[in-house]
This record gives sequence, structure tokens and C-alpha cells, in this order.
Amino acid sequence: MSIKGKAYMVGVYEHPLRDIPHLSTAQVHAEVAKGALEDAGLSFSDVDAYFCAGDAPGFGAMSMADYMGLKLKHMDSTETGGSSYIVHAGHAAEAIAAGKCKVALITLAGRPIGSRAGLGDAATRGERFRMAPQGGQGGGINEVPEAGFENIWGGTTHNTYGMCAMRHMYEYGTTSEQLAWIKVAASHHAQWNEHAMLRDVVTVEEVVNSPMIADPLHRMDCCVISDGGGAVIMAAPEVAKSLKRPLVKVIGHGEAPKGPRGGQKLDLTYSGAVWSGPPAWEESGVKPADIKYASIYDSFTITVLMQLEDLGFCKKGEGGKFVADGNLISGVGRLPFNTDGGGLCNNHPTNRGGITKIIEAVRQARGEAHPKVQVPNCDLVIAHGTGGSLGTRHGAGTLIMERE
Amino acid sequence: MTDVQERPSVRRVPAPSQNLESKPFWDAAKQGRFLIKRCTACKEPHWYPRSMCPFCNSTDTVWEESKGEGVIYTFSVMRRNTPVPYAIGYVTLDEGVSLLTNFVDCDFDHLKIGQRVKLKWTPTGEGQPPVFTFTPA
Repeated sequence: MSIKGKAYMVGVYEHPLRDIPHLSTAQVHAEVAKGALEDAGLSFSDVDAYFCAGDAPGFGAMSMADYMGLKLKHMDSTETGGSSYIVHAGHAAEAIAAGKCKVALITLAGRPIGSRAGLGDAATRGERFRMAPQGGQGGGINEVPEAGFENIWGGTTHNTYGMCAMRHMYEYGTTSEQLAWIKVAASHHAQWNEHAMLRDVVTVEEVVNSPMIADPLHRMDCCVISDGGGAVIMAAPEVAKSLKRPLVKVIGHGEAPKGPRGGQKLDLTYSGAVWSGPPAWEESGVKPADIKYASIYDSFTITVLMQLEDLGFCKKGEGGKFVADGNLISGVGRLPFNTDGGGLCNNHPTNRGGITKIIEAVRQARGEAHPKVQVPNCDLVIAHGTGGSLGTRHGAGTLIMERE
Repeated sequence: MTDVQERPSVRRVPAPSQNLESKPFWDAAKQGRFLIKRCTACKEPHWYPRSMCPFCNSTDTVWEESKGEGVIYTFSVMRRNTPVPYAIGYVTLDEGVSLLTNFVDCDFDHLKIGQRVKLKWTPTGEGQPPVFTFTPA
């Protein structure tokens, strides 16, 4: 596919100031975004893709996307220093050519001079003095727009995911025993993986009787902490066909950030998979019932349950029933998942499990998983992940693959 | 206000970081006033406060004082890897916006989703603004 002639530059805006002591950095990003959209005759609601680099305050593209109220199908926080925005323009063209999005926004903003005015009255007078030092007692200046309002409450992965589980239980009657089945299934798979950290098969009772970490998540609802890593090589069809490995191709992809959305319609019972899944299914032409194996990000048991619902493997709210009674165990249930033992039992390299999800899905599609967990005729597989925090801001990614 | 530094049995909330956009909120907090932002174009309130409305992208947003009353949307009690247990959660204010907070001065084992709660400022340190914790109404 060529991007030639597939994308046009429709709006530009350069901030008029060279010293901005009176605005936050997020405000400047938003101002230039608004300026470029006005130049194009478009509005924020037209934007379906956002590109930014390290100058954007916050976590990847997620903080600014949430700040500006963007509803996105595509995001990219590729960081290459000063050239990032040229790279982004290329990515945007690819994405537009591929039909991933229609209106891409790229922003750059920073205040190396203006920030010297700190928060004092000088901020509005344009005078300069040093920023107040940031001490261990909190306080100080932080340009991440949500930081002062959210970073003070002791939020951890455990309790922010715990809040999601608590609400899911409240709305749908999901139980700790149902969540425990997810860990049980992972442990059944991990027993065959000689590299897995936790190889003992566990029972529902053992999971719900393990110590409470952050209500309602028990220790065995949590993934392991491990070193490690992984890599994936992708290649053009002619290269792939010249090699001697099984042919596994990408047939669908989707991605989306999700945040608290201005504090209105806060709903912690679903994940960004509700937005990353549908375009992936549509692109692939397959449906959840066709999938033979699923790699589902398992930072916690609740993560798996919500993502399975959101991807359409079962109806919303019925994830508890879906995962119970071994339905995720290879050779036993309808949807074998994380046959390497996943993050719950195998590994979670540097607290990031996305690459291992792709790797085990490719193993299954090739027929190269452990014989005890290999799914027969495994021609359609999915790898889905959630990065960041399910309870605040996260990015979802869905990848559907087919064995030729 | 209670001095949490003298009560080691309670999680000490650090002073919030600020930036130019959030400073008015924290200046008001020092005066005991709890502010949210509302858009004068679409009339919608939002949280956390920002200068651009995240719903209609108008920059005509204004500060509005809130009573700080609402219900618990969800919560989780952190019980391990912490000197003292604490309860983090979201409160949905009567204005319709939900915010992340800590619950204080209550029995964590009796917190319930849907329970009515009210604002209780918790001090963070000398010269620093207090933070908006919540307690059962």
C-alpha cells in the first residue's frame, strides 16, 4: 500500500507567543490544536487520531486525549525528539491511507522559558524566577494536567483495578469465585511451561483464600512481577513467503484510549476494548465465535473478564459465567486463553505483558505451543492488551491473526 | 481540621502538585472553598477542572463552588504493602461529575457503593493546600 496522494495537510497553526508564563503546558497544546482545527474548518469532534511526543504532559497520548475530550480510533506517541512530528505526519498518512482514521491531530507545545515564572503572581506579569523546588512532601509544579487531582490518593495498579472489580461486582453480580477461575485456568496452562514462575495448579478455594491485597482482589488475582522481555518480527508477504516458517498474517487491528471522560459518565465496568475491538473484527471479517485461541492481557483476573466481555466473547456482565468451570482451559473449555500461563503465572516482563501476548498467540497459530495446551487446527487467534490503568487512563490494542 | 501528621494510623496525603491551570482551585481550597468547572457554552460541569471544556471544547469555562456532596461510585481498600490501610475510590458529586479521592474518618469495612458522602478537607502540610477527602454523610 502506498500513501501517495492518500492524505492532505488541511490545517496549520503556530502559537503566536514566545514566552508563555501564564498558561499550563496542557493549555498550550489545546490552544494550538484549536487553532489548527479552526484553520481547517474542523472541530475537535472531527478528530479521530492524535499524535504527540514527549513534550505532551502525561502518559503517552492518553492524558492529552482525555484533556481535550478526544474520541479516538488511532493514537501515536512515537518519540524521536525534534523530528517526532515529521514522523507523526508519516504515521498519520499511513493510518489515513489504511482507513484507520480520517482526521489526524498532531501537537507540539512546551514552556521552557515561561515555566520559570512558576505559579506566582509573576506568572501573569511575565517576570521570571526559579520554580519552587519539588520535595518529598509533595507539592511543586507538575504539568501533567490531572496529576495534582489524582496522584495524591495512593492509587496503585492493585487498588485502581480493584475499584473496577468492585463496581463490576456491584452492577453484574460478578463473584470472587468467578474471577478465581481465570487464575485457575492460567495455572493449568503454566504447569506445562518450564519457564513459568508459578507452575502449581491452584483451585478456586486457594485463590479466594489467598490474602486480600486491595478489595476485592486477592493475591492470586494479581499477576507476577518479573524481569524478561520479547520481540516480534513482521515482514512483507513476499519476505514471509520466502522463509520457512508457518505463515501467520495480521488480519485485523484496533486501538483506543479510555479515560474518566471529564468526570461524566464514569464507567469502570468496561475497558477500551469496546472501541478497539469492533474495528479489528470488522477489518478481519471474523467474529469472536470463530476465534480458536485468545491471548488476553492478565494484569489481574478482572482485566481478563472485562476484556472478554468488551471484545464480544460473551454479553456484557456475563463474563463471570463465561470464565467459570474451566471455560478458558485448553482442551476443556470453549476459549483457551494464555496457554503460556500468562501474566498470572508465567511472566510480566518489566510490568508490561503485551509482547508475550502476541508471542503465545503466534505459537498457537503455528502449532508450536506446548503439546499439552496446543489448540487443534488453531488457524484464528487474537491478542488483546490494556496498558496503563483500567481505573483511570488506559490504552487498548487488539490484534487478530490468521494462519494461512 | 485534623492534623493527620500527628496520627500515624492514618495515611498521610501528600501536598498536591499544581500548575497555572489548577492554581485557582488550590488557592480556593486554602480558603475552604471546593470548586468544580462548568462550561458556559454547553452548561456541562466537568472534572478534573480544565480551561477547555472536554465535552464541547469551548474555552468559556468558569469556576463554580460545589457543596462537595455525593455518592460512592466505587472504592478499594489497600491492605498490603502500605504502613496503614487506606480507601481509594470515586465519588459522583450531586453535580454529576466523578472524582478520585480517599475516604477518611470511617470504618473501611462498612463502605458501600451508593453510600452518601460529604467533603472533608484534609491538611497536607504547612503552607500547602488541604485536599478534598470524603467521609460518610
